[in-house]
Amino acid sequence: MKPTVFKRLKRDRIYLLLLAPVLLYYILFKYVPMFGIVISFKDYNLFKGVWASEWVGLKYYRWFLQNPDAWNIIRNTLLLGMYRFLFLYPTPIMLAVLFYLMRWKRYRRFVQTVSYMPFFMSQVVISSILIMLLSPSTGWINQMIKWLGVEPIYFLQKAEWFRTIYIASDIWQQVGFSTIIYLAALASIDPQLYEAARMDGAGRWKQTIHVTLPGIVPAMVIVFILQLGGILELSFDKAFLLGNVATLETSDIISTYVYRTGIIGGSYSYASAIDLSMAVISLILIYTANKVSRKVGETSLW
Amino acid sequence: MVKRGQIRFFDIVNFLLLGFVAFASLFPFIHMASVVLSSPEHVIRNEVGLWPRGLQWDAIGAAIGDERLWIGYRNTLLYLVLGCCISMILTILGAYALSRKSLIFGKPVMLIIVFTIMFNGGMIPFYLVMKSYGLMDTIWAMVLPSAINTYNLIVMRTFFQGIPVEIEESGRIDGLSDFGLLPYIIIPLSKPVLMTVGLFYAVEIWNSFSAALLLLRDSNLFPLQLMIRNLVVVGQSGDVLETSVASGRTVVLESLKYALILLGSLPIIMVYPFIQKHFEQGALLGSVKG
Repeated sequence: MKPTVFKRLKRDRIYLLLLAPVLLYYILFKYVPMFGIVISFKDYNLFKGVWASEWVGLKYYRWFLQNPDAWNIIRNTLLLGMYRFLFLYPTPIMLAVLFYLMRWKRYRRFVQTVSYMPFFMSQVVISSILIMLLSPSTGWINQMIKWLGVEPIYFLQKAEWFRTIYIASDIWQQVGFSTIIYLAALASIDPQLYEAARMDGAGRWKQTIHVTLPGIVPAMVIVFILQLGGILELSFDKAFLLGNVATLETSDIISTYVYRTGIIGGSYSYASAIDLSMAVISLILIYTANKVSRKVGETSLW
Repeated sequence: MVKRGQIRFFDIVNFLLLGFVAFASLFPFIHMASVVLSSPEHVIRNEVGLWPRGLQWDAIGAAIGDERLWIGYRNTLLYLVLGCCISMILTILGAYALSRKSLIFGKPVMLIIVFTIMFNGGMIPFYLVMKSYGLMDTIWAMVLPSAINTYNLIVMRTFFQGIPVEIEESGRIDGLSDFGLLPYIIIPLSKPVLMTVGLFYAVEIWNSFSAALLLLRDSNLFPLQLMIRNLVVVGQSGDVLETSVASGRTVVLESLKYALILLGSLPIIMVYPFIQKHFEQGALLGSVKG
């Protein structure tokens, strides 16, 4: 017979006691702010606070949709997310295969170690280095451009360069560390498969196509789905640090716009209405991605 | 599992490609260090590439001479020590309780926790609620809101679940209570995962920037990352330059800014070789189903 709820509560009392501070953390720092989004349906009043301000319904959602900037910001967020996915999904797979095919193990180990390092640098450090390297007067990259006989480019002042810089530096920062999941999949390929392929007369190229790549397809599928789900999760830090007034046309994404209008401008209700609209879309994407991943790969985030 | 044989054309290409990857990963740091250690006349003429020219230490001296950098270092270290302690205690407690298979309400609690990965209130409600708690301009603003990272909690819980029940049973026979199992059985057996999760927390706190941007106004509390941003990105380093020139140092702005960035990332660069295998393990643990 199953013990009653009361008996189970009594049996688990120590565990529940240990769990209490953790639950308190989640309530205070995750769920109270989550319910704080009601502010987007209210007129935020400094003196009444989040909970007592007047209800205004969808007023701020209408404002946002009528704002001519709105579409530009949504488009920037979507485009940046999509380009990021397009370049950051395939590059680690290619690099992982190169690592795997490298025959000099010490050299491979060295390149792996070195390529993981940028992953641990802060966005402040990365953005600062970029600003320095891309400077039109003193930056090394512009020195090379001048050396080739071309006029220096004002990379960070030109809207058309923002996405390229953002994504190229993301690749630089993350490609190495993202190979780890693929390398683990590659390491678990059964050596007998290669044996069999060689018996059938497959050369190295054929072995790569018919044994190596199929070996990482499950990992590829899972990463594909999960990254697609997180497509709107762009780093506020980097867009904020690299963007400026001159490049707003492409660099202004949802999170930086929310920061500017909300925290700096003080339009709390308006800014959180925008944030919530995007968070709901993002939630649907992540939830669906995880469902699909569980079906396809029998693996999921949770 | 490639057959050993003669070196093929592909091996050469692969060698060069990976060489490029290694070079590209390291280049910004090497270039940065070279500019910092070069003398102003070479820096102004843009002659510095991979190797310092006219070796001198004035830029480092000027950066170290700036008080704000030290305030940043002090604050970040304080947040790091305090934050890691709080984060580890909460994460271990939560992971231990939730790793019990028959825990009452275990499933719904897990759902409540995991939901926070998918959805959050966003920047504005976060800011307003933290403000209403009175966290603005306190050291707790940098420690409490990010105390538990849900991924780390899941990783640790998964590891705890993998500890054989037989070992726990033998602990119980020796008279350990539900709570006693944690310090005497679970923690000693979980050193690798504790190390990994602890390091992830440490790097996260060291690198954190936007929490400080939102919740701190008092520059005496700014962490190192925010100081560096203000000095390099916003460009407050001009006055550092003036004071160092006044004190007889020959420094150009470019070297000074690079010196500040370098000092902001140096601790991670220096400990990285020793801890990178833990990070690798962590990335793999994270990909295991929670």
